[in-house]
Amino acid sequence: MTPAEQLAEVAPEPGVSKPDPILVVDDVTRAFGGLKAVDVDHLEVQRGVITALIGPNGAGKTTFFNLLTGFDQPDSGNAVFDGEVASGRSSHELARKGMVRTFQLTKALTKLPVIENMKLGATHQRGEHFFAALLSPLWSAQEKEIESRADALLERFKLDHMRDEYAGTMSGGQRKLLEMARSLMADPRLVMLDEPMAGVNPALTQSLLEHVKSLRNEGITVMFVEHDMDVVRDISDWVVVMAEGRIIAEGPPDTIGSNQQVIDAYLGSHHDSALDLDADVLGGEQS
Amino acid sequence: MTLAAIDWGFILTQSVTQAFDFNAVVYALAAIGLNVHFGYAGLLNFGQVGFVAMGAYGMGLSITLWQLNPFLAVVVGMIFAAIFALILGLPTLRLRSDYLAIVTIAAAEIVRLIARSTVMRPITRGAEGLNEFIGPFRDLSPFSASEIYGLGPIEWRGSQFFAVVVGWILVGLSLLLVAQLMRSPWGRVVKAIREDEDAARALGKNAYWYKLQALILGGVIGGLGGMVQALGNATVQPDFFVAPLTFFFWLVLILGGVGKVWAPVFGAVVYWFMITFIQNTGRQLVDEGLIPTSIMDTSQIDQIRFWIVGAALALLMVFRPQGFFGSREEMALDAR
Amino acid sequence: MTAILATLRTEIEHRRRLLGVLLLISSIFLIWGPGLASAQEGESVATRLRFENVDGDRIPIEGGRVTVETPDGEVIGEGFSDAEGNLEIPVPGPGNYVLTLDVETLPEGVVLRDPERVSTETQVLEGQVGRTIFPLIAGDVTIDTDDGVSLRQVLQLSVEGLKLGLFLGMGAIGLSLIFGTTGLVNFSHSEMIVWGMLVAYFFNFYGFAGFLGFMAGWPAPFGAGINLAFAALFAIAGGAGMGYAMDKWIFLPLRERGVSLISQMVVTIGLSLILRYVFLFIFGGSPRFFADYTAQSAITIGIVDITPKDLITAGLSVLILVGVGVLLLRTKLGKAMRAVADNRDLAESSGIDVQRVIRSVWVLGGSLAGLGGVFIGLSEQVSWNIGFRMLLLIFAAVVLGGLGTAFGALVGALVVGVGIQVSTLFIPTELKNVGALALLILVLVFRPQGILGRAERIG
Repeated sequence: MTPAEQLAEVAPEPGVSKPDPILVVDDVTRAFGGLKAVDVDHLEVQRGVITALIGPNGAGKTTFFNLLTGFDQPDSGNAVFDGEVASGRSSHELARKGMVRTFQLTKALTKLPVIENMKLGATHQRGEHFFAALLSPLWSAQEKEIESRADALLERFKLDHMRDEYAGTMSGGQRKLLEMARSLMADPRLVMLDEPMAGVNPALTQSLLEHVKSLRNEGITVMFVEHDMDVVRDISDWVVVMAEGRIIAEGPPDTIGSNQQVIDAYLGSHHDSALDLDADVLGGEQS
Repeated sequence: MTLAAIDWGFILTQSVTQAFDFNAVVYALAAIGLNVHFGYAGLLNFGQVGFVAMGAYGMGLSITLWQLNPFLAVVVGMIFAAIFALILGLPTLRLRSDYLAIVTIAAAEIVRLIARSTVMRPITRGAEGLNEFIGPFRDLSPFSASEIYGLGPIEWRGSQFFAVVVGWILVGLSLLLVAQLMRSPWGRVVKAIREDEDAARALGKNAYWYKLQALILGGVIGGLGGMVQALGNATVQPDFFVAPLTFFFWLVLILGGVGKVWAPVFGAVVYWFMITFIQNTGRQLVDEGLIPTSIMDTSQIDQIRFWIVGAALALLMVFRPQGFFGSREEMALDAR
Repeated sequence: MTAILATLRTEIEHRRRLLGVLLLISSIFLIWGPGLASAQEGESVATRLRFENVDGDRIPIEGGRVTVETPDGEVIGEGFSDAEGNLEIPVPGPGNYVLTLDVETLPEGVVLRDPERVSTETQVLEGQVGRTIFPLIAGDVTIDTDDGVSLRQVLQLSVEGLKLGLFLGMGAIGLSLIFGTTGLVNFSHSEMIVWGMLVAYFFNFYGFAGFLGFMAGWPAPFGAGINLAFAALFAIAGGAGMGYAMDKWIFLPLRERGVSLISQMVVTIGLSLILRYVFLFIFGGSPRFFADYTAQSAITIGIVDITPKDLITAGLSVLILVGVGVLLLRTKLGKAMRAVADNRDLAESSGIDVQRVIRSVWVLGGSLAGLGGVFIGLSEQVSWNIGFRMLLLIFAAVVLGGLGTAFGALVGALVVGVGIQVSTLFIPTELKNVGALALLILVLVFRPQGILGRAERIG
């Protein structure tokens, strides 16, 4: 059974366990000055599928995202990433262990050429250590190997023609692709995308979606935060809904729209009709 | 009473001599260190003079207190500077830049005040400083102390020529070191951190650790500058390491161009040439009566230096922050 | 009440040009003032009797006797030093005089560094005070016979610390508000303190009539000085003018140009260098004292000694700081200042004229700094280079209290002031500033928002 097929057997309940989880999160809380931004009892992310994290503004998605990726530390709770303890680890440690993330506001390093951006993404580079850096022979072979990997990825993402240009000269959409390509240099097992479609013009959206799907097809687990419900409906295998810091629903994309709690969260309670998973209704707000 | 009475030959000779003298070397080394701190790693270090002091004292104390040989003394000086960087950096590198600026300026002043204090007198000899360490270095020098060395009209006394030669060798080595590091993957990470720390972290780089390494590297190079200063002056006195000196180093860095490996050397040479030129010309103008002493006398000419540095710093930062050889884009100064 | 303040504000608004002119004129005068000779009535000789103990502290000697003679041996007079070691003896006219220290009147164990030099000769120029020193040291003498720290010592030092803290506070509030409203760390703030001190010195010795005298070409010393109390008003104006000028001609244009805050910070550093060395140029390197109120004996209140001038300046500081507090809490301008310092964008969208508020903050900061300079000059001495030391202490105060809050700055300044002075019970006096700086670093590391600041500012 493919991972996606495995999911068909999973009940659409919040906190439900998955047959092959790559990420397991327990009792994670984060409060800011008395206000609880995140209060998640249990969440498991299935390996090898695309999971979407959605919810109305202020639901705590970004905070939760930051907690999972090490950019913020939870007040309490545990996280286990692929069998290893992840909670308490900083972002760079998690990245080296195979969990990389992208940012809503693209962080292409504008003052470096594209190819250098890419090479930066590789982990465990001998030349990045201070003393080893002093002697080129110690790292030049590895550098060449990294460079050829980078070139291959650039070709895949159709950015190879910009190889030697400064990333600052790229368009917004190109930078998104660069960031995604760059994150692959780390050979990640889990890629966390923070609003990948934010600010992307519609022409590029399809291309990005295809790339995301290709990641999954290679066996990489993908988790992303999104507002655009078209995107969610298009590519996600599983959807997790957050509201007011808690996970209120989980399930395949088609079941979410009719989930009463989800409807209440987005539209306020006392709403009878099912949610039309249309961009107008739910995806109207870009954060 | 005419301009012709001004001895331009003398002024020019002085200016060129100073431009390559050990003082210029001190400034160059300190600025190379600052280039690593700010140009490459984006750290706003306003306490570079403290690192310079640590190098000088480390080297001097090795001889006055522990009677080590000169080479070990240099190593100890570097260690002192490195330890200072650690003590300073470990708690403070998480701070944003203007806070780091305040902390570093305070730290350097603490170094000076403590070195100067009577409490430390048994070790640092207080305000009079260390003066007996020069012997072993003199012994090491291939140049005879009393003879004059130089090229044409540009001359140095043998005792100082040693400092000049050693100094420029150190400059060359530092440049090679920095150049090699910045073209390596290590340098790539540091440049990435300067632009966007979060991005670097998301790619598995421990930003904090790299910043600390950059602080140590730049600080040790600054410490080398302190050692050259000690060699050239044959003394290590706390009141040399005053806060304004840090900003002279900054001017040299900005003048040359932030982010280019060798630009600080250019900045130091140009700075010393110009300041010597202006001061000597000024002195002669006063001596010849072309500037009446009611406005300024010769002792006050030396103060012009501060006006020039202050004005140059301000004007450069506003109108040409990239200096001579830097590129504006690489300055990476975002309006906050 | 608001109407009065509104009128006041418009009056000040109009006066701003006058203030600017005053500033310009004072500066021209200072540059050309011939050596700034002291313009006291007649001539005198003076000295300050202090000895250095094992810790390097300078302890004043009270009741030390000094006699004055001409080189020919004609006796002129004698004097006794006050609680601060100061003594001044008038002499009939300019010329050379010999001062002799009566070593019998020195405290137990205090001796001249060079026992042969019981007498020194000094030259007194026309209208000047001839100053000289007697280098004195102590052997193994300890001042306090008690082993521990007495309550009296702690209280005395605390009082002195409060005084220092109040003066620091006047500088700190301005710096904190400038940071709060513009995000700029102003490294040249303490030079406004020195500017105020120098302006007051100038008017103290030359006065307003002196300025007219200069314009009319009268020889020095032209015109009588004006009392320090009035000179202080000019110091306030000078400080206000400098603050106004800095914002209007330097920092507003920079903000409009989009120059980054780091660059602006370096500009303030450049400014501080220029100002400091211009001060040296026009004032000279030797510290001086104001013409009035300088040598005073201490009076005892309870178990604490304090001089009348300290009492008055501290009291005035309290009043002024209370006034500033009222300004910030009750007036529209003050509330606007706090709003902008708190959240600039929000304040702007509420209709507050941010640029006007920033200008007012600079003027207020400059005025306070100017007056603080007078108080500090009175409490210590008038010199060109106290700016840097004050700057670091002010940084410590502001960081401790919370960068961006005016009240935090004041609290921080008081804590720093008292802390520094009381710490001399445990650490050598020469290192007392080190304590403040170390505290500054510790606060930034462990609690960067200070006592009253908000955590978000650290970012």
